[in-house]
Order: sequence, then structure tokens, then C-alpha cells
Amino acid sequence: MNDVVAVVGVSLGIVAVVLGVAVFVVDSMARATFALLGSFLAIAGIMLVLDLPYLALVTALMMTMEMAVMAVFMIMFMMNPAGLMPMTMVHNARGSAGAGLGVFAVLAAGVWLVDWPTRSGTAPADATVQLGEAIMGQYMLVMILVGVGLFATILSGTVLATGRGRYDRFGPDLRRSRPTDPVPGGLPR
Amino acid sequence: MTEAAGATSAEAWGLVPAVGLVVVAAITLGLLVAAVDSVVLAGGRPGAALDPVRSAVRSVLEQRRTTLAPDRLLWRLGSSAAFVLAVLSLAVVPFDGSTLVSTSADLVWFNAAEALLWAAVWLVGWGPNAVHSLVGGYRFLAQGLGYELPLMFALISTGIAAQSLRTTDVVAAQAGLWFVATMPLAFVVFLAGGAAFAFWGPFAAPAGSDVAGGVLSELSGPDRLLVDGGRAIFLGATAAMATALFLGGGAGPLLPATWWFVVKTVTLVTLLVVVGRRLPVLRPDRFVEVSWVVLVPAALVQALVVAVLALAGVYR
Repeated sequence: MNDVVAVVGVSLGIVAVVLGVAVFVVDSMARATFALLGSFLAIAGIMLVLDLPYLALVTALMMTMEMAVMAVFMIMFMMNPAGLMPMTMVHNARGSAGAGLGVFAVLAAGVWLVDWPTRSGTAPADATVQLGEAIMGQYMLVMILVGVGLFATILSGTVLATGRGRYDRFGPDLRRSRPTDPVPGGLPR
Repeated sequence: MTEAAGATSAEAWGLVPAVGLVVVAAITLGLLVAAVDSVVLAGGRPGAALDPVRSAVRSVLEQRRTTLAPDRLLWRLGSSAAFVLAVLSLAVVPFDGSTLVSTSADLVWFNAAEALLWAAVWLVGWGPNAVHSLVGGYRFLAQGLGYELPLMFALISTGIAAQSLRTTDVVAAQAGLWFVATMPLAFVVFLAGGAAFAFWGPFAAPAGSDVAGGVLSELSGPDRLLVDGGRAIFLGATAAMATALFLGGGAGPLLPATWWFVVKTVTLVTLLVVVGRRLPVLRPDRFVEVSWVVLVPAALVQALVVAVLALAGVYR
């Protein structure tokens, strides 16, 4: 059984690396996006064979949504909605290749050089419950702080990116009862 | 993947028959949805139920149309993924007391299949290098920004009540009281979200006639069958999953559990189709505002109510 896990895990690892390389080789934004998604899905597969279903499925879920949202951003910022113009994901090719290979070498060396601890105790019957208890118990404060930090980031990102603020919508003294929007929303307000 | 609690159908009958059963169930569900839909469209003429079979056969035999400089790889990938994901989402629906795969995070599995469908439909829109198709794909994404979060909260509400993400546990937790009684809003949001993922009924703007069929406009032959089939199966899977998560699964008097499950699922499918066909199509940009201002807070309140009830011991 462990052999099967090892073979499947290593093959998925190779798939993840190959698709990761593909991100920088293909010449279309869509292909790069979906090569990256494929790479993440291979990593989710590795977690699945390691018997970590929750982490695997959440990785697949979040990464897919991230890539889909990236497609939305393609039209918002890149002015290239169809991704039809040939493009490259590589800028400063020599420097980035050097940096990438350097980081890969350091991390790969770390895998072999670090004195990994051996497992104490046995694997839990339900890793999801254990994960939930860790997040909602011991690390609750950290999670709350991270949550607030992320929320603040989203808000400031939106504020920086928006072209029309509340003064544009409700007038210079914010007295307008109804905002003037180019596209009316779905609610009568 | 398999866990100690809750035997899977793959363990009980062997992997191949269990996978076969899920695929057969998927195709049956898809045909059911399509048959009910065409009967409703034909104004109740029963003979129309056979139309989907006829058009499916025609799609298989039809030669593909193509467009100028399509991204064939991604296009085909998107069409096939729409079908495969719809079938995969059925793998965690508990039928006859067991699921094909049982992980300790079944609800996340179902949601992940939906999220992947999101990416797949965008690919179907992007692949043919055609403007209407691309507009449809982006409409699907934009609309998804509206219903994805409420749908997640609806799913997680059942998980909170059952104190487990395993679908068989969720069914078992409804022995005393069906979840629809304490979480009606989550039930409605779940059905609406499922219909939206199948871009169906009031959520059909991505395939709207104002953009000449949108994402579906350039599909033909087997690709068309895969995408349309995937949509129908996904709508059916939503009905089956809603039966399991909110309507007590196979619970009911007299009839055996399997029959009750089938009866409830067929009723939900009929309801979804009849109601869906009578509602006007929503504009994605308007729906997103309604969703974020009304649906997201409402779904959060629903989850809060369920959490309080769970702490009070209502679900035990």
C-alpha cells in the first residue's frame, strides 16, 4: 500500500512540476492560467493520496476559484479579455530563471539535509476533525487576526482600484438619496 | 480516501460496479431532467419526453462545426470537464445508505466539483475564439461571484447541524427532524445555486438568446452533448444532493428508503424545472448586487441560527 502511495505521489509531483514549467512556456494567458490550475490540482491529488481529504479538496476548491477570478481580472486590468495576443509570463528571463533555479536548489537540498522528525503516535481516524479542532482551538487567535488582515487587504485593494468612490455616487456633500451609477444594480436604492 | 466510519459502495460491491452505478445514475438523472424539461416546454405533451434521447443520438452522429483559430485543447478540455465533473459530484451523494467515495469532507468535494465547473464553463466560452461564446463565459464567472458564497454557507449549515462534513452523517443526523425545517433558506439557496451552476432557468444568462446562445453558441456534435448533458446531470445531482442534505434522504413511512429517495429526487427535479421555466432570466450584474446585499447576509444569519440550535442540542 505504501509503495502505491509513493508511486502515485511522485508521479503527481512530476505532473505538478511539468505543468508549473508549462506556465512559463505557453504563449497564452488562458493556457498559463490553466497550466497553473493543473499544477495545483496535482498537488491536491498528492494530499488526497496522503489521506488528507479536507486539505486536498479545499486546495482544489480555492485554487480553482482563484484561477477563475484571475480570468475576471484579465479583463479588468489586462485589456486583453480574450487573451488572444501572444504573451509571455516571463520578464527579465535570465534573472528570473536564476532566481527560480536557486530557490528550487535550496528547497530540494533542504528536503535531503533536514533531519525530519519521525511520527509519534498514530494517524487520527478523521484528520478533518483534528484539523478543525486545531484551527478553532489552539490557533483561533491567529486565524481571527489573519481573517481581519485579509479583510482589510480586500477593502484597501478595492478602495485603491475603484474608479468611482462615494463622492462620485452620492455627490460632493453625500446628500443624494439615490446614487448615480452608470449601471443600476438589482436593488431599488 | 476511505475512512473507518461509513462503508462506501465501492467497498461493498467492488470499485467497477460502484462506479458503473454512479455513471448509470448520472445519465438517468440527466435524461430525467431533460425529459421533464422538454415535456414542460411542450406544454405537457408526454411524447416530448423522448426528444432528448433523439437529440442526444443526433449529437453523437453530427459532424463538429469549428471556428477560426480555436484553442482546441482548452475547448475540448472544458466540454469534457463539464460532463465529468457533473458525474463526479454525484460520487458523494448518498444513495441507499452509502456513497461511491466517502471522505471526511464530502461537502467540500461537492463544492470543489462545482468550483471546477466554474473554470470549465469559462474554458468552453474561451475555447472557440468567438465573441458571443466569450461573453457567455464571462457572464457565467460574474454570476458565480454572486451565488458561490451563499451556496457555500448553505452547504456548511448542514455540516454544522450534523457536526460532520460526511454526507452519510448528514443524512443520519436528520433521523428526528429534516434539515429543511430549521434551514429553509439554506435549502432554497442550495437549489438556486445548483441551478445557477447549471446556468439554467433564471440563471441562464450565460447561454442567453441575447448573446446568440452565449457559451453554447459554438458547440456542436459530441461537445454539445457533453456540455448539455453535464448541465442536466448537474441539475439532477443538485436535486439528489438536496434530498440527502435537507429532506432526510431515504426517510419516510411504508416504502423502502431507496424508493423514498427516488420519489423525493424526482419531485425536486420536477419542481426545479417547472418553477425554473416560469421565471424570467436574471441579469448577472443585477443579480450580483442582490446576492451580496441580501443573500450573503441572509445565508450567514441562517448559518448562525443553525449553529445556535446545534449548541442547544436540537440536532441530537
